[in-house]
Amino acid sequence: MSEIDPITLSVLAGRMEQIADEMDATLFRAAFNPIIAEAHDASHGLYHAETGDTLVQGKSGLPIFVGVMSFAVKAVIEKVTADGDLADGDIFIFNDAHIGGTHLSDMRLVRPYFREGKLFCWLASVGHWHDVGGAVPGNYNPAATEVFQEAFVLPPVRLARAGVVNQDIIDILLRNTRLPQSAQGDLNGQLGALALGVRRMDELLDEYGAGTVDAALDALGIRAERLMRSELEAIPDGRWEAEDFLDNDGIADTPLPLRVALEIKGDRMHLDFTGSAPKCAGPVNIALPTTIATVYVAIKHIFPLLPANAGVMRPIEVTVPEGSILSAEFPAPTGGYTETILRMIDVVFCAFAQAVPDRVVANAYGTINALSIAGRRSNGKPWVMFSFYGGGHGGSPEGDGLNHGNAPISTATIPPLEILEAAYPVMFRQWALRRDSAGAGRHRGGLGAVYEIEVLEENGAEGFLFGERGRFAPKGVAGGQEGALNVFTYQQGAEWPHPPLVSKMRGIRLKQGEAVRLETPGGGGYGPPAERDPTAVALDVARDYLSEAEADRLYGPTWREGMR
Amino acid sequence: MSGKMIGVDVGGTFTDIFVLDESDGTARVGKVPTSRPDQSTGFLQGITEAVADIGSVGVVVHGTTAGTNALLERKGARTGVICTQGLRDVLEMRRRDRPRTWGLRGDFEPVVDRRDRLEVPERTLADGTIRTPVDLDAVRRAARQLQDQGCIAVAILFANAYANPANEAAAVAALRQIWPNEHVSASSEILPEIREYERFSTTALNAYLQPEVSGYLGRLGAALDKGGFGGEFMIVQSNGGVMDVDTACRFPIRTALSGPAAGVIAAGYIARSAGFDNVITGDMGGTSFDVSLIAEGRSMLAPQTSIDFGMVVRTPMIEITTIGAGGGSIAWVDKGGLLNIGPESAGSDPGPVAYGLGNDRPTVTDANVVLGRIDPENPIGGKLARLDVQAATRAIDIHVGQPLGLDTLAAAEAILRVANSRMAGALRLVSIERGFDPKKFAFMPFGGGGALHAGAMLAEVGIARAIVPRYPGVTSALGCVIADMRQDFVQTLNAMLDGLDTEMLGAVMQDHHDRGMAMLKAAGTRFEARDATFALDMAYIGQTHTVSVPIPAQVSAGKVHSPTQAQIAAAFDNVYRDTFGRLLPGGVRRILNLRSAVTGKRPKFDLATLAPTVTDPARPKSTRKVHFGTDWHETAIYDRLTLPVGTVITGPAILEQPDTTVLIEPGLVGRVDPLGNVILETGPEAGA
Repeated sequence: MSEIDPITLSVLAGRMEQIADEMDATLFRAAFNPIIAEAHDASHGLYHAETGDTLVQGKSGLPIFVGVMSFAVKAVIEKVTADGDLADGDIFIFNDAHIGGTHLSDMRLVRPYFREGKLFCWLASVGHWHDVGGAVPGNYNPAATEVFQEAFVLPPVRLARAGVVNQDIIDILLRNTRLPQSAQGDLNGQLGALALGVRRMDELLDEYGAGTVDAALDALGIRAERLMRSELEAIPDGRWEAEDFLDNDGIADTPLPLRVALEIKGDRMHLDFTGSAPKCAGPVNIALPTTIATVYVAIKHIFPLLPANAGVMRPIEVTVPEGSILSAEFPAPTGGYTETILRMIDVVFCAFAQAVPDRVVANAYGTINALSIAGRRSNGKPWVMFSFYGGGHGGSPEGDGLNHGNAPISTATIPPLEILEAAYPVMFRQWALRRDSAGAGRHRGGLGAVYEIEVLEENGAEGFLFGERGRFAPKGVAGGQEGALNVFTYQQGAEWPHPPLVSKMRGIRLKQGEAVRLETPGGGGYGPPAERDPTAVALDVARDYLSEAEADRLYGPTWREGMR
Repeated sequence: MSGKMIGVDVGGTFTDIFVLDESDGTARVGKVPTSRPDQSTGFLQGITEAVADIGSVGVVVHGTTAGTNALLERKGARTGVICTQGLRDVLEMRRRDRPRTWGLRGDFEPVVDRRDRLEVPERTLADGTIRTPVDLDAVRRAARQLQDQGCIAVAILFANAYANPANEAAAVAALRQIWPNEHVSASSEILPEIREYERFSTTALNAYLQPEVSGYLGRLGAALDKGGFGGEFMIVQSNGGVMDVDTACRFPIRTALSGPAAGVIAAGYIARSAGFDNVITGDMGGTSFDVSLIAEGRSMLAPQTSIDFGMVVRTPMIEITTIGAGGGSIAWVDKGGLLNIGPESAGSDPGPVAYGLGNDRPTVTDANVVLGRIDPENPIGGKLARLDVQAATRAIDIHVGQPLGLDTLAAAEAILRVANSRMAGALRLVSIERGFDPKKFAFMPFGGGGALHAGAMLAEVGIARAIVPRYPGVTSALGCVIADMRQDFVQTLNAMLDGLDTEMLGAVMQDHHDRGMAMLKAAGTRFEARDATFALDMAYIGQTHTVSVPIPAQVSAGKVHSPTQAQIAAAFDNVYRDTFGRLLPGGVRRILNLRSAVTGKRPKFDLATLAPTVTDPARPKSTRKVHFGTDWHETAIYDRLTLPVGTVITGPAILEQPDTTVLIEPGLVGRVDPLGNVILETGPEAGA
């Protein structure tokens, strides 16, 4: 390994990050489906030639992919090692979540990058396709008990061999989606991003030489590890535990525990998820790669300056028991993985909050609330409105949580209600902040939201919801209190029933003029409520974030001294 | 009409004046300290110092940062919102984003407090049908309540008002009956475009700025009148065109990027006059480096920007990309041993360590000082007497040199190398990443620090040359004088091309055309040409990102003839193929918005009037040691404004002038072109 000076390293780090960013931007522009184009549910990066470890990843991609992409590359490395052949211009494609993490909607493309006949590194692209077959359009099937009910499953296969694309594979893909045009557009975009990555790497290596770039990649790994170790060293040694629960798996109404023990010793860390629920029937299982990637996401939220580099994980040991909800094996369904990883992040935060309370924010709203309303118009054409909804962020050592934020695993924005109303026969009666939803604390949580959506179509519609936090509220830390629970109701004439499984339901029949109402959780509070500045409480009451009765209950009557 | 045209740019420290005499084509520049708190004193003083008889001035054009500053400092008026029942929190909920991807910290306060956002019964549906007529009694009650609560401006924000403005219009009328108020903004007037958050935010920010900006412009207007000015007073918009002052008072949000836009317009004109149609501008200030690309003489326009987290402004504006690498950006070494520049900045106050105003962490400027590239005895800007080289040296040693094991000079070179590579990244972002080949572009630095880094941009990005304008400090004032008059319009149509009612489209185009032309007619300025251009935002159904499709439209004798469906289809196919490489067979073409621009082209003047008149051959005024790479070089220092046309100076050399320092590195050659610009290129002996 050749040495590299720190200045060239700094310059090269910026250059390589820009390559990954540019791959992201290329796909965002070209993608057909809004999940990639608007919500940026995609990611790109550079991976180690032999190990598949993450070397550099784009800044604009989805946070959860930062940890998970290297598993896609590792899977391809395993395949080519077994096959015993790999050529410049090969491109691999797959969506198998048990190998590559997350869920089947995420299509992964992996391409070797060769320099002078030798494998230099890997490039990879992942993007959330609009539809990949299965029982439910969009692939969020709350009743799935096997992956086959969620989507078609593609193991790592060669999409191109030595630069020649195999049209057979594309034909199979396009025959297995409800939206072939969209899939073709996204595939073209991902191929374009990889081709761009190859061009940019060529330019970079022409300019700096393969030896220097290789040395820089090694040095970046060492630097990432050093950064992580120095953060861990600053934390006192000890062991801290935390637990939380998922409402249910969408099949049986049983809470599912997630437990973690955090142990810090010197500059090392151990996260032990022993005691978490065993594999369940419904789609809230996650595969081991997803679990590891989620640890990374949680750690990077606590230490935001850590780079997207596998070196970060070297001082971290993760224990996941076999047969657990966190190490589900094929063909367990994983479509609802978002809910499980959000809860994992919550328990990791709660464990760290005991170790370093001044570094950790309270739990955010903790559910993506995938809500679908669908039906047929009077002319017979089908329509499906599918979206995720926001909630409050946790209070932090620095201040109150953000009102109506996005999920920690995502940076996706919500579509404007006018775009939804223009596209689908619905009307939002309400799109507002939810009073009394914030967890109390020295710094309170952010407020959740209320969305009430009326069906305008005379044929009515059918709804389904995949949510969480209906029974277990987002927790506060450092003495802060819980945010409000997720509450979903739907209108049936004069009645507003709740789903039997609280946060998950399908087959909700809605007549014209009836509505669904989603009240999302606020974030947990940070620090004891008694330490909240009375003028801040009074302001919350004046703004109607908080009712007087709740203010009295949570903060005691002294808040009135803060009234102006 | 002929007479003098004056461009005025009010900056933080100086007010710059650019005077063009249209009768003989001569021009000159002036500079006075910016007056505070009332900028109108300095504004008027600058003009009267530059021209003896203010009555001889035909036009005054102002590029202003009053709006931007009021937004950034949150110093707009207390503003109330009257909105659709159920939707009072749209402004606060945004599009469910967060300030930073990692860390989950930070909250948000909208400019309108929740107590000042009141709901009224009313509802328009997406197709324009009014489901609930607006309850005017409720509007009047809300208006009185907002008045009682001390609101000065009001925004009316109704769902789907882009599709039918009737409820909003009725609410505005009812409100004005009981509360005569000129600071009322209705979302359908400000931005009749789909997407409620973007429309509401733009409208609310417009209302928030109205009292502040119209008060400011009113004071300037009154000062001009009092001075005997009888001409026209105009304001530069974010889109790079100018508008009359009344329009600016009604739509102050259009001034959000007024100052920087004027600078980019001027840069484009200077570059074109020098023979370069393709230029990337780079404005290096204390905290940031702002980059903009001009291709074939045309600036890129962005549809919207976010002034700060959650403060979205959607009006067409010159696209400016900002990175946190300015002269005040702080250099630091992280725990992993990597040298970083920014994002933290010492700004201009306390500024670099060398300023001696209290910052002790090294900045990019400190590196330039330690390496001798900036003269510590004569800092530009005129605020400080001298710079503290020793303090800068110490800071670099402690914070960069020691952690990396480098001596002071190597550490300072390292800071510049990393800063240059970040700046080069911004140039790559606006060029290579958007499909433009930087080799075909010239780089134009302006602002105080840019010309120190121009050579590095050539080396890092492969740009062929840099142009340092003769007066980099007055670029924005010059841009005011050059800018065309322009009015942009938008209307959401939301229709399939197949079922498009082209008569309706023609009527909307006609309306935009007539309103724009009326504005040009009302202006007293002379125009060389007037034209209206139209474009449709289009996509295939199911696709999110639209492409902008310029549509052919015949205008004869003031009558706009709408294109046919077939013409629109052909235009879309061309643009789509250019953008994405292929069409979508069987795809349904959809039209989202019509965008129209009406422009009055103002006469241009010849920059040669600003060219050097001196003929004495160039002579260095002194020499000093400047560090490049690993060595000190005895470097010739020239007074830039004394260099005659045709001068060729081989690096290393430094050209000094009151508002900037031009660095010609070893291996580069600087040439004074016929207009007085300095063109930096790689020297012949440096070879490949």
